[in-house]
Amino acid sequence: MNRSLLVDQLPGLRRYARALTGNSWAADDLVQDTLERACTKWQLWVAGTDLRAWLFTLMHNLYMSQRRAARVAMNSVSIDELESELQAPASNSDDPLDISRCLQRLPADQRAVLLLVVLEDMSYKEAAKVLAIPIGTVMSRLSRARSRLRELMESGRPAPSESATGQPPALRRMK
Amino acid sequence: MDKPAPNISGIPEDELHALVDGRLAPEAAAQLRQRLAADPEAAATVAAWRTQREALRALYGPIAESPLPASLVAAAEHAQNLQSQAAQWWRWGGMAAAVVLAFGMGWFSSARWDLGPGGIASKGAGQARHFAQQAVVAHAVFQPEVRHPVEVTAAQQEHLVQWLSKRLGRPLKVPVLTAQGYELVGGRLLPGDEGARAQFMYQNAAGQRITLYLGALKPGSADANTTEFKFLQSGSVPGFYWVDHGFGYAIAGQLPRGALHDLASAVYAQL
Repeated sequence: MNRSLLVDQLPGLRRYARALTGNSWAADDLVQDTLERACTKWQLWVAGTDLRAWLFTLMHNLYMSQRRAARVAMNSVSIDELESELQAPASNSDDPLDISRCLQRLPADQRAVLLLVVLEDMSYKEAAKVLAIPIGTVMSRLSRARSRLRELMESGRPAPSESATGQPPALRRMK
Repeated sequence: MDKPAPNISGIPEDELHALVDGRLAPEAAAQLRQRLAADPEAAATVAAWRTQREALRALYGPIAESPLPASLVAAAEHAQNLQSQAAQWWRWGGMAAAVVLAFGMGWFSSARWDLGPGGIASKGAGQARHFAQQAVVAHAVFQPEVRHPVEVTAAQQEHLVQWLSKRLGRPLKVPVLTAQGYELVGGRLLPGDEGARAQFMYQNAAGQRITLYLGALKPGSADANTTEFKFLQSGSVPGFYWVDHGFGYAIAGQLPRGALHDLASAVYAQL
């Protein structure tokens, strides 16, 4: 029974939630919601089975349904589009896009696969189980996540030529 | 879902992922690294993915090492307790089944019955036994209930009493067990073989719950006027039960025999 202590799963759940949501308040809220969901769903957990996978599944489903609800509330504007829009100004600065910002620009299902594999050290099979998708889908999402993240990281690098030489002499003094 | 872009270098992309994620056997990884040496494009992909991996782990890894907020620990402990209760439900459910079996095997042989002629006595005893058995099962089912332990809460006590009195066909009184440290949680109506049954649930400050189960026994049965307390020990849900003027009562809870007896006496004195 000790292996299945809930409190021992908290650090991993928080880490994953933080990376998934990109926001520490939202992350702890998500963990809290997950624990509440666990309270009402305990009878569905078969004692002795993988508590971690079960909790991650609960969290993933909650996260996805909260996003869907938010999307409806936003008049059907895709959250992914919205995130890109909201974050577009930041990317116009000379700062390189950091990995957390790039991560948030990935579609949520790709981000989830990438984080379960990279951050939570889940095997592809475990990630497939948590997300209730075929392993082939895990691989294709992982592939797209990594390619997209690479593009974002590389395109977000400071481009000095653009700001230094590409800028018109806007402050030319008129006589 | 569209397929991932084909890997131009000819190395299956899944192998590149497996290499980055450390999922290849050492020999396979070494072999793949050799092939990558001759394939700059695939090598660059692997390098970029490694950078991502390391950056993500460096950025978010420390969160798992940081102190947990007290609210989350409390929520986790609460959830864990519920899980234990859920597990207990299964144990108790199993136990309740065992109780049913044990009843069938004359497990109540120690109960003394002040009865008349043997034939009627065994029949009457069977009825009271059955009543006590239902009480134990009802206790086992509802005691661990978190969200809906009762149908009507103690806040609506007047309604509860009127309702159950009407359904049981006799004016009921809810015994007060405050002196024993128990507050009324509420009550519910249950079906019994002889008709309606009421269950009152009480809880003390430690969260310990006891239930009082009552209902009319078949009129004219031999034990209709028996007033002796019977102790029943089912291993995990002990209780006392008695019959008084055609009405059966059973009090059940995971308490020492003495404490249960005090509660039974307090109930008996008030009814």
